[in-house]
Amino acid sequence: MFETYDVVVVGGGHAGCEAAVAASNLGARVLLITLNMQTIGQMSCNPAMGGVAKGQIVREIDALHGRSAIVTDHTAIQFRMLNRSKGPAMWSPRAQNDRMQFALFWRKSLEEIPLIDFWQDMVVGIVVKGDRVTGVRTRLGYEIPARAVILTTGTFMNGIIHIGEKQFGGGRMGESASKGITEQLIDLGFEAGRMKTGTPPRVDGRTLDYSQMEIQPGDEPPSKFSYLDTPVVQDQLPCHITYTNPEVHAILRKGFDRSPMFCGRIKGPGPRYCPSIEDKIERFAERDRHQLFIEPEGRNTVEVYVNGFSTSLPEDIQYEALKKIPGFERVKMFRPGYAIEYDYFPPYQLYHTLETRTIHHLYFAGQINGTTGYEEAACQGLVAGINAVLKLRDEEPFVLRRDEAYIGVLIDDLINKGTKEPYRMFTSRAEFRMLLRQDNADLRLTPYVEKLGMRNIERRIALLREKQKTIEQVERFVSEYSVAPEQVNRMLVEIGSTPLSQKIKLVTLLRRPKVDFRLLRQCIPQLDAFLSQLKEEYVQAAEIKMKYAGYIEREKLMAEKLQRLENVRIPPHIDYSRIHGLSAEAIEKLSAIRPQSIGQASRISGVSPSDVSVLLVYLGR
Amino acid sequence: MVYRYDTADTIVAPATPPGTGAIAVVRLSGSEAIAIANALLPKVDLAKVKSRTVQYGVLSRDGEELDEVLVTVFRAPHSYTGEDVVEISTHGSMYVVRKLVQWCIDAGARMAEPGEFTMRAFFNRKMDLSQAEAVIDIIQADSAAAHRQAMLQLRGAYSEQLRLLRQKIIEFAALLELELDFGEEDVEFADRTQLQGTLQEILRLTGELRDSYRLGVVVKEGVPTVIAGRPNVGKSTLLNALLREQRAIVSDIPGTTRDVIEASLLIKGVRFRLIDTAGLRQTTDTVEAIGVQRAKEYLQKSQLVLYVLDATEQSFEAAKAEWEKLELPHAYVLFVANKWDMVGDGERPVCNHQECIAISALHGHGLDALKDRMYEMVIGDTSLQEKTLVTNARHYQALVQAHEALERALQGLEESLPADLIAMDIRQASHHLGAIIGEVDPEDLLDYIFANFCIGK
Repeated sequence: MFETYDVVVVGGGHAGCEAAVAASNLGARVLLITLNMQTIGQMSCNPAMGGVAKGQIVREIDALHGRSAIVTDHTAIQFRMLNRSKGPAMWSPRAQNDRMQFALFWRKSLEEIPLIDFWQDMVVGIVVKGDRVTGVRTRLGYEIPARAVILTTGTFMNGIIHIGEKQFGGGRMGESASKGITEQLIDLGFEAGRMKTGTPPRVDGRTLDYSQMEIQPGDEPPSKFSYLDTPVVQDQLPCHITYTNPEVHAILRKGFDRSPMFCGRIKGPGPRYCPSIEDKIERFAERDRHQLFIEPEGRNTVEVYVNGFSTSLPEDIQYEALKKIPGFERVKMFRPGYAIEYDYFPPYQLYHTLETRTIHHLYFAGQINGTTGYEEAACQGLVAGINAVLKLRDEEPFVLRRDEAYIGVLIDDLINKGTKEPYRMFTSRAEFRMLLRQDNADLRLTPYVEKLGMRNIERRIALLREKQKTIEQVERFVSEYSVAPEQVNRMLVEIGSTPLSQKIKLVTLLRRPKVDFRLLRQCIPQLDAFLSQLKEEYVQAAEIKMKYAGYIEREKLMAEKLQRLENVRIPPHIDYSRIHGLSAEAIEKLSAIRPQSIGQASRISGVSPSDVSVLLVYLGR
Repeated sequence: MVYRYDTADTIVAPATPPGTGAIAVVRLSGSEAIAIANALLPKVDLAKVKSRTVQYGVLSRDGEELDEVLVTVFRAPHSYTGEDVVEISTHGSMYVVRKLVQWCIDAGARMAEPGEFTMRAFFNRKMDLSQAEAVIDIIQADSAAAHRQAMLQLRGAYSEQLRLLRQKIIEFAALLELELDFGEEDVEFADRTQLQGTLQEILRLTGELRDSYRLGVVVKEGVPTVIAGRPNVGKSTLLNALLREQRAIVSDIPGTTRDVIEASLLIKGVRFRLIDTAGLRQTTDTVEAIGVQRAKEYLQKSQLVLYVLDATEQSFEAAKAEWEKLELPHAYVLFVANKWDMVGDGERPVCNHQECIAISALHGHGLDALKDRMYEMVIGDTSLQEKTLVTNARHYQALVQAHEALERALQGLEESLPADLIAMDIRQASHHLGAIIGEVDPEDLLDYIFANFCIGK
């Protein structure tokens, strides 16, 4: 019934969808197996994409010809550029999405790709010959042959849902868990662990009184995620902000003795940056209110998401507490919040390609690797999808460096540092964040798409060239144009900057703090006339590149210095226990992680500088 | 971040063991080695000399002459490391070695890590397998020694101050990151005044540590203390009296001491390296003239000068005028009015104790007061145990660089730059401080943020 697929993707969430797209972009025949065709591209938690650091990842996925940004743009109901008042590295796009439309659009996007087939079934194990995966086994009794397998199981592997004292198997509310894979992989020598996450209740928007809440509208005009010609969101829906209060907290406390978290029924660690409301009132008892974002789930539904109220307290307590929130007095609940525990595999067991070290051609992406977040999952799916195909073709692996993408930071962190809680991206994790901006993901990464020979990239490449050309034009104009004191001194005095005493090049003036194109265009009609003919988004990219050139250059230099260590390769079969002089901890960590370069070795926790010196000496041979 | 294995830098370090030998060798390796050495040797052009030949030169910078040296240039790849190497043989003085290393660092070199020359040699395939194990032993031993030293330093006041510094750096960096990664959260962000306050506190801590290096070096290596003065005022008698042994030959013939005599004296745990010199006078005796010349050289390098005068013959003011004519303002000077017991009560010159101590070296009078005053002048009035002292040149270098980065950050705050730009300088500072306070990881900042702020929607 099944042909031999190049790549079988297990799971249809954000990781699975991007994995299928990436593999098909390289011309592979793909089968996507999911428990439920209805929930492909489901947003399990809040109906939003992007945010600080995550928004940059979505831009990177887009630059690498993934689909998350396109799906987001087509189904957005609100767009905001966060951190606009900070430096350009911090600007972070974020969208609210129509949850149902988002999933539908993902499914439609996949269905448009002839290379992707679908099959609804539960994968209960993989087929292994020697140390290579050759297919998957399903609950319906099929052995589906595959040359590569990508597992993107999310929260489904042995998922257990907790609400108060109730607990039951499930991968999401109303969906069954998957069983069998973990046990088989442990038998094959994998180490597995448990993690926990949670989600808030969904409520009936018809029962809310928004007049008691603050309104949070989208940007006007809004921007978007994809570098391609996707639509900008029209008719944005606002979110609302309200707060808990001591009364709400008191009610919640009444349920603590039935809390699966406080009673120890949940053992897996949860994400600290996304704590449950009970955690927040317990740990920060001095705070008498916590902020809640009331987010619409879509245009064609009254369902509303109560962001900030993640909880696994009993549903009656949830309901009672919700009613004490301003604007929620008449609230009706659609679905209670819950916590979910699931299996993951500590990611040191992977290569940077996301292939497992133990079984060839087997890849893991998403929450199975201990991460959290749609964006984090999606980018791993993309990297796994690309590498699965490259390995089948015997080509060089596709690994992004820490100085060229958040995706590179994420995977490198996972493998070298592991994670004790669900891993989420923050900009502070990137040592070169000035280089990893949302405005330049295409400039950084789209050339790889061309090099990899992906399909249907003509438009993307044409737009990249146009952007590069525009930036060059702006750079030339701004470096050649001399600005006279009388043109700008009034403006400079107004913003508290030293007036000019003689003509200087425009580029020098642009680099001053507080000076930007917006101000300069008001004073210099020639500049305004020149820039007006160009695409605004590209002009902005050029402005950032020139204005922050000093900072960008500084990070580039540091990155280059570190790169030399990355170029010192460590042979794959080195026996660390036989290298005289390494510490016991270093031998253990190096043997487990098997770094591919000295640079990577130096980032492994537990490997000291003197261990690295010893390795260098050893490799000097 | 690991810059320490950067093989593109030019590195410098003493190649001979610490302590006073007849000569000491400082080695430079890397692409800039010859240029850096050249800048310190105005009388030779190393760029033009043949590889593996020895040159004579005078180390000097901005008119300050440090030592007469022999310089050997090894051009890549025919050198120990396989890179351009310059070896400078100085006279065996810790002072000269330290100063030379500092000059090299000022000119762009980086202090070498333990075993780094050898590591480079390996990198460039200059050694064979049999040498590999030995080299690893050296690296291990060096880092073990460094670790022991660090552990020693980490007790008491030293560790407390460093713990505070680490805590403040994490706090500051975390407050910046909070604003960046969690700007959407409902938490109170630090205002700029608060941030400036924390940063100034950090700057004060790094500044103090940095400045303690001068004293730290003195404590580690001993305070070079020159006993100088006219002939036959009793310098050697003073030396012997302080040491309580007949170290120097004494006689009533002026000019008995012709060479320089060194001896070591402990005062409250601080080592003073006493250097008895020939009396300062014009002389026609060739040997004595050399002695006088050397006395002057030592005076240049001393940290403390005991300027001895014969109280029966000279007033304090006259001696002071004499000293000032030598134009050595950098050293601490203490005038020692010797033969005090032989001066009649009415004729005694002024001796105010701050600048001048009255003693009788022969009879041992006033020596305790002299010792107390010597200690006070160098160490100050606190006891050594209460001070945090940086004694390691690498730590000093790290502190200097961290301090510079922190000052840039402060300037950024004052100019209202966005926090992400300021964070770049803070990251650089904490990188430099990593060797002293431990690496600061993004995880440390996130730990601080989650522990102190209610984050999470």
